[in-house]
Amino acid sequence: MAAANKRLDIQEVGDVTIASFLDKKILDENNIQMVGAELFGLVEEDGRMRIILDFTNVEYLSSAALGKLITMEKKVKTAGGKLRLCGIRPEIYEVFAITKLNKLFDIKDTQEDALRGL
Amino acid sequence: MTKPVDHQWVIPSDTAAGQEVQESIIKLLEQNDFSDRDVFGMRLALEEGIVNAIKHGNRMDISKKVHVDCKLSEDHVRVVIRDEGPGFKPEEVPDPTADENIERPCGRGIMLMRAFMSLIEYNDKGNVLTLEKRKESSEVKQ
Repeated sequence: MAAANKRLDIQEVGDVTIASFLDKKILDENNIQMVGAELFGLVEEDGRMRIILDFTNVEYLSSAALGKLITMEKKVKTAGGKLRLCGIRPEIYEVFAITKLNKLFDIKDTQEDALRGL
Repeated sequence: MTKPVDHQWVIPSDTAAGQEVQESIIKLLEQNDFSDRDVFGMRLALEEGIVNAIKHGNRMDISKKVHVDCKLSEDHVRVVIRDEGPGFKPEEVPDPTADENIERPCGRGIMLMRAFMSLIEYNDKGNVLTLEKRKESSEVKQ
């Protein structure tokens, strides 16, 4: 995967991959495309099966970004893996709740919570 | 501020230009003491509304413009976004929260605008979107 302009910070804890968003705003079309490509690469190129997405840095998120997350969830599920989300601030959680995506995604408060039992 | 102040932009069908308008309007709200929550909602609504106008309205046709008009008063902001596309019928957009649509990408933008704005309205043709937000404190008083 190209190292330039990375949108995610990747850490490994055992066999779990923690991908933290580096951007405060996941809004702009180009940014969303890059985020999507990096996310999908974790499953399709790297074959990672247990993934936590950490939203601690994220202050804004658009519906186009939600679309990428939905596709990511599908890809992980199809590969037989598990995806969890964590570190979502209340305003962003509201975006998930309004669109009822809080029911689609497995959302935990912190990285520690997300790691437990994954 | 005693009377409403008008700001207008005409931009090409380019999301980067849309971002600049968004930033300008957010700055106006911040300067006029709208709350963080109001600003969050307006940024989200502007992103969805302007991107919809560029992508779905003008279909990214660079020769077509998006017209943005922002009227700001002490307790209220009104933004009108007009594209030069054929329009659409908002009632025909599928409910994105229905189980059968939950994995589909469309419809969430309109839903978020409705949730975070005091009012959202399309004209009959569907190419003019009006967003209104009353200051959080003035909504509580009502």
